[in-house]
Amino acid sequence: MSIIRMEGIRKIYDTGKVKVEALKGIDLDVDAGELVAIVGPSGSGKSTLMNLIGCLDTPSEGIYEIGGDNVAGVTRDQLAEIRNRRVGFVFQNFNLLPHITIVENVELPMLFGGVAVRERRDRAVELLTRVGLGERLDHKPTELSGGQMQRVAIARALAMNPDIILADEPTGNLDTSSGTDIMSIFTDLWKAGRTLVIITHDPALAKRASRIVEIRDGRITSDQRNEEAA
Amino acid sequence: MVTFKDVFRQLIRDVRNEKLRTFLTIFGIVWGTVAISLMLAFGTGLHKNLIKQTAGLGDRIVIAWPGLTSIPYEGLGKGRRLRINEDDIAAVRTQVRGLKAISGEYETNMKLDYAAKTMSVDISGVTAEFGAMRNEIPQSGGRFINELDDHDQRRVMFLGDRLKTNIFGDADPIGKTVLLNQSPFQVIGVLIKKPQDSNYSGPDAEKAFIPSSTFRALNGDKYVDNMIFQAASSGETKQVIKDISAAFGKRLRFDPEDKEALSMWDTTEQFHFFDIFMLAFNGFLGLVGVLTLIVGGIGVSNIMNVVVEERTREIGIKMALGAKSRWILTQFLIETLLVTIFGGAIGFAISLGVCAVFPAQLYEYVGKPEVSPVVALFTALALGIVGLVAGYFPAKEASRLDPVVAMKL
Repeated sequence: MSIIRMEGIRKIYDTGKVKVEALKGIDLDVDAGELVAIVGPSGSGKSTLMNLIGCLDTPSEGIYEIGGDNVAGVTRDQLAEIRNRRVGFVFQNFNLLPHITIVENVELPMLFGGVAVRERRDRAVELLTRVGLGERLDHKPTELSGGQMQRVAIARALAMNPDIILADEPTGNLDTSSGTDIMSIFTDLWKAGRTLVIITHDPALAKRASRIVEIRDGRITSDQRNEEAA
Repeated sequence: MVTFKDVFRQLIRDVRNEKLRTFLTIFGIVWGTVAISLMLAFGTGLHKNLIKQTAGLGDRIVIAWPGLTSIPYEGLGKGRRLRINEDDIAAVRTQVRGLKAISGEYETNMKLDYAAKTMSVDISGVTAEFGAMRNEIPQSGGRFINELDDHDQRRVMFLGDRLKTNIFGDADPIGKTVLLNQSPFQVIGVLIKKPQDSNYSGPDAEKAFIPSSTFRALNGDKYVDNMIFQAASSGETKQVIKDISAAFGKRLRFDPEDKEALSMWDTTEQFHFFDIFMLAFNGFLGLVGVLTLIVGGIGVSNIMNVVVEERTREIGIKMALGAKSRWILTQFLIETLLVTIFGGAIGFAISLGVCAVFPAQLYEYVGKPEVSPVVALFTALALGIVGLVAGYFPAKEASRLDPVVAMKL
């Protein structure tokens, strides 16, 4: 069963004077239970693709369905709702809110998703405990190390039990050992049956994925199964 | 769902992080609120004071003075002196509908003796009705002249409060006897201290009143010096004035249109003037206050705009996590409203404080400033509107941000 179905996706940025075609026809299907690494050099259209997959933006042309929902022609608020239910984000620079505790950070998606207060709190505590931060619930993100912050972000990504976890250079701001830790969490999640899409230009990271998609100049140039995964 | 707790927590955090900015924002609103509520409070106080001062002269009365005719009438030449006696008043009283009370007044200056003191005092001869019309309220233990006093020509006297002090000092004068042109009079009452900003024969506080019949017998007067009358309702005053002129004109044969034969002072006109004046005055004060608040609101709006900019990343993250624009909009709107309400409450408290410590010695001149419920309601309403408008634009701005762009900042 495919979680993500992309067909003929084009994305054109119109700045008024120049039109830039960032994606020139992408066809990509991601099935449930895959761990996909999307690799490619800067300017290849990686980030644009990630924005589209994450429903942060809509394509100029083509069909995009996530978990069966068609993204074409939906409003900003509907898109927000799709993001909330279907996508769990892990960003390179963590994107945690600095002034609130990590429990409150993990609660945020559930707040927007309309989960009851008590349930929010219980699930946030459970997820943080699962990523090994059960002792630091009332800490603020600024009091944590980079690796710990990224673990909070992963807990937050899991909060709404989404269809896919979308990670954008998740180890980009981390030292090697923290990066390896994070990657292990990802592979554990994959083994537990989750679907993950990781955008990276780190070959070591990509090697651990079950499938490696290479993108160059707005097109997919290679799409391989990786038998040495994890 | 935006819960109040979430927004309030956010607000507390903002206040802690941005002490100066929050202080300045709230100060603007506080200032506006103080301006509106204090100005309106003083306006209300002044209005009440004006009414009270005028009420010192009488309760919506008209004062009439007989004079010289200025228009020839029914073959009689002009320059004729008009003379009105008690019979005339009694006759007219029955003819004019809507007339509630009428009293003649006789005035002269007489010599008053008490113990070793001798002084010259303005004396008015009046009826019981006069007391009610002119708000001659006695201090406790005393009374004004009544109908029996007038009927029996009693030698009784009602004293103005300052005159009483001049004669008796702090001693209780009730029941004491004074000599008026060598005739003994018993003091039956003393006027309460009352504000009076206008008069026609000296302030009541410095006068003495005796029954009309006693006055006439004592001085041999036949004709009134002036009359006081009052319509059943203030709306009827104009008509009653006309009818009185007509009735006296018919009986004493002068042109009812002759303003000099029987000249009138309609004190109700003052009330009408006060109402219009105070409406304009309060309108002006209110406008100044509202403008001040608007300026404060613009300040809040600006600051919220800065807040939006500073919190762009936060808004981007929230939107990426699934916050709808409505959520962001509501958050900022509620935040602005809370700041406004908080500032308004402080401002209102300050206004109440200022009114409470306003020196009582000044009440006589500008009245007692009162923060009335109307003022409170008006201020709250103005604050609410300012808060909503000030919050709307920054909130709209925030909700329109593109999450991808916002997060990258």
